[in-house]
Amino acid sequence: MTNTTGSSQGPALEQEGPIKKFFRATEIDTRILGMIVALVLVWCIFDIWSGIIRPNEGLFGGSFLTPRNLWTLLVQTSSIAVMSTGMVLLIVLRQIDLSVGSMLSLVAVATGVLQVYQLAPALGVGHPAIWILGVLMCLGVGTLIGAFNGFLTAYAKIPAFIVTLGGLIAYSGVAFLLAKGETVAPMDQNFGVFGGGIERSWLGPFWSWLIAIIACAAIIYAIVNGRRQRQRFGFPLRPVWAEVFLATVGSIVMLGTTLVMNSYAWPPKLIENFAKANSIVIPAGIENKDGKAICMAADSIVRCTEGFILYTGYSLPALIAIGVCLVMTFVATRTSFGRYVYATGGNPEAAELAGINTKWLTVKVFALMGFLVGVSSIISSARLNAATNALGQTNELYVIAATVIGGTSLAGGVGTIYGAMIGALMMQSIISGMSLLNLAAAYQNMVVGGVLVLAVYLDQLYRRNVK
Amino acid sequence: MAKTPAKKTIAAKNVSKPVATETHETPLAVTGSQTFRKTRAQPEGIPLIEMKEISIAFGGIKAVDHASINLFPGEVVGLLGHNGAGKSTLIKVLSGAYKRDAGSIHVEGKEVTINNPRDAKAQGIETIYQTLALADNVDAAANLYLGRELKTKMGTLDDVAMEAECRKVMHRLNPNFRRFKEPVMKLSGGQRQSVAIARAIHFNARILIMDEPTAALGPQETAQVGELIKQLKAEGIGIFLISHDLHDVFDLADRLVVMKNGKVVGTASTKDVDHDEVLGMIIAGKCPSGAIPGPGAMRN
Ligand SMILES: Nc1ncnc2c1ncn2[C@@H]1O[C@H](COP(=O)(O)OP(=O)(O)OP(=O)(O)O)[C@@H](O)[C@H]1O
Ligand SMILES: [Mg+2]
Repeated sequence: MTNTTGSSQGPALEQEGPIKKFFRATEIDTRILGMIVALVLVWCIFDIWSGIIRPNEGLFGGSFLTPRNLWTLLVQTSSIAVMSTGMVLLIVLRQIDLSVGSMLSLVAVATGVLQVYQLAPALGVGHPAIWILGVLMCLGVGTLIGAFNGFLTAYAKIPAFIVTLGGLIAYSGVAFLLAKGETVAPMDQNFGVFGGGIERSWLGPFWSWLIAIIACAAIIYAIVNGRRQRQRFGFPLRPVWAEVFLATVGSIVMLGTTLVMNSYAWPPKLIENFAKANSIVIPAGIENKDGKAICMAADSIVRCTEGFILYTGYSLPALIAIGVCLVMTFVATRTSFGRYVYATGGNPEAAELAGINTKWLTVKVFALMGFLVGVSSIISSARLNAATNALGQTNELYVIAATVIGGTSLAGGVGTIYGAMIGALMMQSIISGMSLLNLAAAYQNMVVGGVLVLAVYLDQLYRRNVK
Repeated sequence: MAKTPAKKTIAAKNVSKPVATETHETPLAVTGSQTFRKTRAQPEGIPLIEMKEISIAFGGIKAVDHASINLFPGEVVGLLGHNGAGKSTLIKVLSGAYKRDAGSIHVEGKEVTINNPRDAKAQGIETIYQTLALADNVDAAANLYLGRELKTKMGTLDDVAMEAECRKVMHRLNPNFRRFKEPVMKLSGGQRQSVAIARAIHFNARILIMDEPTAALGPQETAQVGELIKQLKAEGIGIFLISHDLHDVFDLADRLVVMKNGKVVGTASTKDVDHDEVLGMIIAGKCPSGAIPGPGAMRN
């Protein structure tokens, strides 16, 4: 795939070179590393390419590696990323859910109808109960539909492919009927914070840094604690330099991401509104049309490089996606539920004989998938500030593609949550990178499809070579 | 192969419970079509396990047909028969893997419901399956504790503690085993079998079912399993041992049960029959005089 992975699996197989020793000591998954390198490479190419067409402030002179684009990328990826974490567990369990897109539309329309036609007239627009009930509606309906899919699969023994193919067709029909074919809008204004499109859904630098620091502390705690656990039983330990390396890399990635998020400024118009609303004195300055801050020049508010400025920091949907990724990684690796999902995917008969109730487990994983579709439907409908029966159309394809690009095997038993997150990021990067280059959607689809097949091919090559 | 000839007369070994009685009537006699003159080799007391008149069919095939077997504490019962005789199917009824069509299961005299593997485990019945039944994509410790994981105080998986325990058990079975971090699909056949055995013996079973436990093991490991069986037996555990190796069965078992086409041909104390007679039971269904005939015995 890239130079780095190439050299680590090529000649290093024969003798234990320093590279191989490094990967063994740090226990870094070379496959995931390859994906990350590929992702970064894709980003660089888009930045350079877009810079050739129209120079901008990106890292390589283009418009891809800019805070604005990366910030948007995270927001755009969040809905698919959240669902793909659930899809990982389903595919690991040797199941699949083709109905997530239609389910998302149905759930979004249901919450839209509740908010717009029922609660808003009854309680008054903007009543705080509206967004709470709206969110609960999404999570509840999503979980129920998921459990229903799971029940038909596990207890009625209809293959998941058929159950959810039926769901794909049927749920969008239900969504159409519920919405009466109309666009349900606007959503409740508080509900909108989940979309990332309004000021209130931006955390700002202070909270973003706080979260980053807590995350770094958590990374270091996890590494230290893991080491202490292994010491308790006198197991072999990783070399200290490897532990320090992992902690450093983890912290740098976390702080770097936060730095990028914190350097994306609010649109000047919104800064101006904020300043007025909070009676903040706008400092005087010199006009600069490319500046991101605002200042007073000759009694009017203009753009300038030095002046009053506000940064967005993390947006709520991006934070939700990162949080879901962490929680789902925990569920998959640290709980017996996760262990059962993997074991059942590896050998369903063995899991049953070990006393695992695999049918109930199947229902639970489908229900979890439905819950995550509920989360995504909140993000999607809040972002659009509307719900339609087409909101989630083809989402199932992107979710499954992200999962598979992320290294989940359709044969079951193998897959990681963070892999799927990177897969989702990869796909969204290609889509938004190509639209930056003004390439038509048709080309975007061709490339995404090609990448999906290529990723699986490379994965197979990798697995064959590693064995 | 070239180990020992039949040692049916060397009874020195059997110091434990099984006692030959003359008059004890077996459950077999109640429904069997023949009348039995003599019954022997039936230990006294309440059996640990009694499976009565078990039947199960797959489609048209009667895989197990009115089979009755029992097992006493501290006893090893060898289960023999040709390929497809129904041995695995019968013990899978006991382990909860299959639901029987008819018959009943009694533990210490009390009828119990065993409808799934969880029910069987709750009764202290542990099984080493012929197929090993391992989850290939997770490591040895995860397989050992599958379904009953050790948890930390926070309720999360305590992988380190599980690995530590796993190292202990595996050391007892296979001292050369080192690959604790690998998914078991990367292990050799014998190593995988050791993991399956470890899982069955680790949870204080009262009843142990071993379906060809040494099929993939080397001579040293096989001997180790033999020692293990004797040790478990001395602890009062009852063991069903399925094997095609007559030497092993004569070496380890107190009694043997032979099945043919889903039916029990006969039951005998290993002291009362010799190799050739057992071969006759397996191949032709001929029940020798030292054995209690079952419904599957050839009539003459
Ligand atoms: N799940 C199943 N579905 C259908 N038929 C089965 C099933 N399991 C076993 N059978 C049939 O039941 C019969 C008994 O099989 P079983 O596995 O109990 O034999 P066995 O005595 O263990 O043989 P072996 O010595 O080869 O292990 C065979 O005819 C087999 O084909
Ligand atoms: Mg068998």
